[in-house]
Amino acid sequence: MLQRDYTTSQLDVLEAEAIHIMREVAAEFERPCLLFSGGKDSIVMLRIAEKAFWPAPIPFPLMHVDTGHNFSEVIDFRDRRVAELGARLVVASVQDSIDAGRVVEETGRRASRNRLQTTTLLDAIEEHEFDAVFGGARRDEEKARAKERVFSFRDDFGQWDPKNQRPELWNLYNAKIRKGEHIRVFPLSNWTELDIWDYIRREGIEIPTIYFAHTRKVFERDGMLLPESDVLERGDDEPLFEAMVRYRTVGDITCTGAVHSTAATVSEIIEEIAVTRITERGATRADDRASEAAMEDRKKEGYF
Amino acid sequence: MDILRFATAGSVDDGKSTLIGRLLFDSKAIFEDQLEAVERTSRDRGTEYTDLSLLTDGLRAEREQGITIDVAYRYFATPKRKFIIADTPGHIQYTRNMVTGASTADLAIILIDARKGVLEQSRRHAFLTTLLRVPHLVLAVNKMDLVDYSEERFEEIREEFTSFASKLNASDLTFIPISALHGDNVVSRSENMPWYQGTSLLHHLENVHIASDRNLVDVRFPVQYVIRPHKTEFHDYRGYAGQVAGGVLKPGDEVMHLPSGMATRIAAIDTFDGPVDEAFPPMAVTLRFEDDIDISRGDMICRPNNQPLATQEIDAMICWMADSVKLRPRAKLTIKHTTRTARALVKDLHYRLDVNTLHRDETAAELSLNEIGRVSLRITQPLFVDDYARNRLTGGFILIDEASNGTVGAGMIL
Repeated sequence: MLQRDYTTSQLDVLEAEAIHIMREVAAEFERPCLLFSGGKDSIVMLRIAEKAFWPAPIPFPLMHVDTGHNFSEVIDFRDRRVAELGARLVVASVQDSIDAGRVVEETGRRASRNRLQTTTLLDAIEEHEFDAVFGGARRDEEKARAKERVFSFRDDFGQWDPKNQRPELWNLYNAKIRKGEHIRVFPLSNWTELDIWDYIRREGIEIPTIYFAHTRKVFERDGMLLPESDVLERGDDEPLFEAMVRYRTVGDITCTGAVHSTAATVSEIIEEIAVTRITERGATRADDRASEAAMEDRKKEGYF
Repeated sequence: MDILRFATAGSVDDGKSTLIGRLLFDSKAIFEDQLEAVERTSRDRGTEYTDLSLLTDGLRAEREQGITIDVAYRYFATPKRKFIIADTPGHIQYTRNMVTGASTADLAIILIDARKGVLEQSRRHAFLTTLLRVPHLVLAVNKMDLVDYSEERFEEIREEFTSFASKLNASDLTFIPISALHGDNVVSRSENMPWYQGTSLLHHLENVHIASDRNLVDVRFPVQYVIRPHKTEFHDYRGYAGQVAGGVLKPGDEVMHLPSGMATRIAAIDTFDGPVDEAFPPMAVTLRFEDDIDISRGDMICRPNNQPLATQEIDAMICWMADSVKLRPRAKLTIKHTTRTARALVKDLHYRLDVNTLHRDETAAELSLNEIGRVSLRITQPLFVDDYARNRLTGGFILIDEASNGTVGAGMIL
């Protein structure tokens, strides 16, 4: 008789690990929430939450930190997905933080609300008394993220201390915190950009249209293609032109660049990524270009 | 395509970062923008060649001090496998990071500098790897270019290490002579070492058989979460969710619930994508049973004729991971084992082990950061345990300090 080979595919292993992490959080915390931006990583995370608790509904609310500078296609997608699931969505608004005087809007051509999001996020966590916050960050994205735990401890100021992290062994996660502290949980830690796309293809998951190639009016800044938008100040030396583009990441419109592409399907996107030679954050995120330690500094303050 | 998780041990001096940089670079997991940044930094520092070790330095303090502080995880894939590297620092003060990285590893690579041979630190890395029961071990003898690719030198190191490893009951052991800097035997066979008949390191990583390393014999299903939908469609639904820690479960199988000792049968194995006809590690599934039994998180499902030990007395090897507190007899800690959390009292510290000489110090009164010792614990409620050697998931646990909430110890049940 042939011995059955119990090999498990990489997507099945990653999915099982993420489901285990989600159930662990639901069992050990009182008020978790899941950060849902409408971006591909949070879409995958939401699908895994659906799987982890089926046939029961997802036992925690979703939260979107809204800079107000959004792609309308993404917001439409977000609202439709939330309605389908019958989930509760908390929207934490950067505009509200500005109006309340909690943060001051940056000015000038390179103004962005990206950094301001940290205050809005931390205020919302405090207001709703969330004790665990799921994020879709992956370790392959960036150097500082490569060292972050799956259960990442935050003190009462929401800060991350990279030199004082809790060791994480086997599949055991330490969920102990005091009131006012919280844990950021990253169930997709071990996924790569390609894994995310392979999973989207395998599961047939819907994603916002801006991930696919489309014609858009853009201009070039620091080698990045930024879209025509009311919230982006453009200089005379930055002329608009039409191009066939798509987005590799989805974030605040003021700091998220598009890439030239003709990929119209998930399979074509996967082919494109398989041969691309630039990281997704390097290609498309102005926020990470500020300095070599830009992400590390923002994470310490409490960024996603 | 499956996943191989491997840990690398060694210090910057052994060329560990260069080796990882080489694997990432040659498997095209390095992108142009990352490479440009590294080339720029290498030029600024006046290095003659592109310093691939810069690819793996994560935090600012590490770049400034030229050391690795913490476990870093890296990813690359070949058409055959996806790889997850737990990159652990080699210095003595980072035993805790090596233990952490090894806990989930299928394989460990220990780097040895061909000029220096088997050092105290190599022995420590080998000991920790076997303590954590990493199933496959690779001794990468690096910097072969600096010993003129000498077969004699390689054989000398192989013999010395083999005699030491025999004391450890090390598992599958493979020796590969490499030069991470020049790429010899890393991705493809080197022309500089025609005397070497084995495969390249990457070829070994791609082909080492790991599917049978999991325990597929002893059914162990720690109940993680009870699913009750409260929906009209699933009114009476009661499912028990968890990740299979051992064995193969099938609908119709007779199983036993612990702690009650009651037997029942598996009615169905549910997933979002529909019912499945078997579940095995590391699948995360939801079980339903034929009988109504009171089951909650922290309970265990096993087979009536193959049960874990239900016990409140545990003997274990502990690696202590805290610098703020020490492990001493009479200390009270929180213990997390599978999905069960309880309190533990340290009854006895039998000995402290010198990880370099394997000498047992029976006069030791405490364990400090990065020290390892044999300990007896009394637990407030029964845990359902196996020997760590038999099953890493039902044999491993963590200890949590009740004052700071920090993870202060890792334990392996004997």
